[in-house]
Amino acid sequence: MMSYSYLLTEYFPLVIFISIAGVIGLMLLVAPFVFSYRRPDTEKLSAYECGFDAFSDSRMKFDIRFYLVSILFIIFDLEVAFLFPWAAAFEDVGLFGFWSMILFLCILTVGFIYEWKKGALEWD
Amino acid sequence: MSKVTLSDLLPLLPEIILIIGAILILMYGVFSSREKARLNEIAMGFSLALILLIFSMTILSWSSGSIESELFDGAFVLDMFSSFVKCLILFSSFFCLLMSVDLFKSEELSNFEYPVLILFSTAGMMMVVSSGNFISLYMGMEIQSLSLYILASIQRESLRSTEAGLKYFVLGALASGMSLYGISLIYGFTGSTNFSAISRLASEFHAPDEASLGLVFGLIFLLAGLAFKISAAPFHMWTPDVYMGAPTPVTFLFATASKITSIAVLIRLTMSVFPVMILQWQQILIFLSLCSMILGSFSAIGQNNIKRLVAYSSIGHAGFILLGLSAGSQAGLIGVLVYMSIYTFMALGIFSCILAMRRGGEAVESINTLSGIAKHEPMFAFLFATLLFSLAGIPPLLGFFAKFYVLLAAVGSHLYGLALVAVLSSVVSAFYYLRIVKIMYFDEANQESFDPISSIIHVILLISGGISLFGFAFPRPFMYIVKTVVLSFL
Repeated sequence: MMSYSYLLTEYFPLVIFISIAGVIGLMLLVAPFVFSYRRPDTEKLSAYECGFDAFSDSRMKFDIRFYLVSILFIIFDLEVAFLFPWAAAFEDVGLFGFWSMILFLCILTVGFIYEWKKGALEWD
Repeated sequence: MSKVTLSDLLPLLPEIILIIGAILILMYGVFSSREKARLNEIAMGFSLALILLIFSMTILSWSSGSIESELFDGAFVLDMFSSFVKCLILFSSFFCLLMSVDLFKSEELSNFEYPVLILFSTAGMMMVVSSGNFISLYMGMEIQSLSLYILASIQRESLRSTEAGLKYFVLGALASGMSLYGISLIYGFTGSTNFSAISRLASEFHAPDEASLGLVFGLIFLLAGLAFKISAAPFHMWTPDVYMGAPTPVTFLFATASKITSIAVLIRLTMSVFPVMILQWQQILIFLSLCSMILGSFSAIGQNNIKRLVAYSSIGHAGFILLGLSAGSQAGLIGVLVYMSIYTFMALGIFSCILAMRRGGEAVESINTLSGIAKHEPMFAFLFATLLFSLAGIPPLLGFFAKFYVLLAAVGSHLYGLALVAVLSSVVSAFYYLRIVKIMYFDEANQESFDPISSIIHVILLISGGISLFGFAFPRPFMYIVKTVVLSFL
C-alpha cells in the first residue's frame, strides 16, 4: 500500500504541529515562574467568593446528589451528541438508520424510566 | 447500505431475546409492588430460564446447520467458533446465577438488578465473540465491562467489594483505552474496521515490509488491552484484589466467562485477522505466557486467602492458554479450546467449594479454616481435593488433558523452552494445590464443621467433581466437536 517515506511526509505537518504545541504550552507554563513579580498580601491570598468573606475552607463538602444529577445529565447530553450527526445525515441513512435511532432512543427511555422509578431524580 | 429485512436478523435472535428479556425483567422489577424477597425470586427465576432458552437456541442453530452467516456488512459473524464459545459463556453465566441463588436470598446480595446485570454482561460477551468489526467488538466489550464493574461492587456496604469495583473500573478503563488506541492505529493504517478487509490488507503488506510498522504498533496496543482483560502477567495487578473483593459467584464469572470472551477475541485476531503477522504477535504471546505461568505459580505460594490463591492460579492458567495460542497452529487452537472448556468446569467446582466455606452464617476465606475438614465433611473434602488435583494437572483427572493438549501444540511448534517452563511452573503450582489437600486431610481439626452446605452448591460440586474425575473416559464426542470447530475456523 503506502510506502513508509510517503507516510512520514504525510504526517510531517502533524509532527510540527505537536512540537509547536508542546513548546508553546511549556513556555506558557514556565514563563510566569521567571517573569512574574510577586507581592503577596493577605487580601490576595484569602479565598474570594462573590464578594463575601470566606467563612470557612473553600474545599467544603457538598451534596453527593449534585454529582448524581450531573452524571444523569451527561447521559442525555451524549444522546444529543448522537442525534446531531444522525439528523444531519438523515437523508442518507434511510429507513434503516431511522429505526436504528428509534431503537436507541427506546433503550435510552428504558434507562430513564428506571432512574425515575428508582428515585434518582428526587431531591429528597 | 443494503436493505435489511427482519428475517435477516435471525442469526442475531438469541442476543435480541436476551437483551429484551433483561430489559423486561428490569422494568418489571422497577414497577412491581411486590415485597423484595418475592421480587428477587421472580427476577432470578426468569433470568435462569432466559439463559437456558438462549443456550438451547445456540445449540439448536448449531445442529440445524443454520450457522455461518454474516450480518450488517460483516459486523456480526455467526460461525461454529463463536457458537462454541457462546455455549461456554452461557454455561458459566447460568452457573454463576445458580450459585448466587443462596446468597441472593440472604442479605448479602439482594438487588434484583443483580441477575439483570449478569444478563447484560452475557449479552455483551456474546456480541464480542461474534463481532467481525472493531466497532462492534469495542461496543460489546464495553457492555460486558460496564456490567461487570457494577457487579464487582454490588455489595455496596462492603468496603472490599467497593474497592474491588473501583480498581476494576479504573484499570478496565485503562485497558479499554489502550485497546481503543490500538484499534485507531489499525484503522489508520488499513482504512477499515472490518476484520476481513483488514486481514486482506495485512496479507498484502507482508510482515517484514516497513509499511506494516504502524499495524504492528496498533496490534501490540490491542493485545496489551486484551491481556489486561485475561489478567495475563504483567497486566495482572488488579486480579487478586478484585477476585477477593467481588462476591464469589461474580468472581467465577470473571475467571471464566469474561476471560473466555477476551481469549476468543485474541484467537480471532491472531488466527484469522492477522495470521500473516505471526512473527510479531507470537513474541508477545510467548512473553505474556512465560510471565503469567511463572508469576501464577510462585506468587500463589504465599497466599493465605483462598480467593487470592485462586486469582493467582487463574493467572497461571491464563499463561497456559496463551501457551497454546502462541503455538499459532491448528493443534494450538484445539489445545486452547479444550483448556478453556476444562478450566470452566474445574473453576465451577472450585468456586462452589469457596461458596460452601461458611461458618456461623459468615463466609470464611482463610485456608487455615479448612484444617481437618475431611473429618467433618468427607464428601466436600474429597470433591475439593479432586478438583485441586485436577487443577494441578495430575492424570487421569481432566486438568491433565487440558495441559497435555496445550503442551503438545507448543512442542509441535518447536517452542521447547516455553514448554519446559510450563511443565516446571506446573510442578511449582502443584505445591500450593497439594498444600490445601494436606491441610484438609492431615492437619488437626481444631474448628467445628462448616454450616450445612446448600443442596444447589452440593449438586454443582457433584457435577463438576464428577466431570473432573470421569471426564477422561469419554473424550470422543467432545474432541470431535472441538476438532470440527477448529477445522471450520481455520
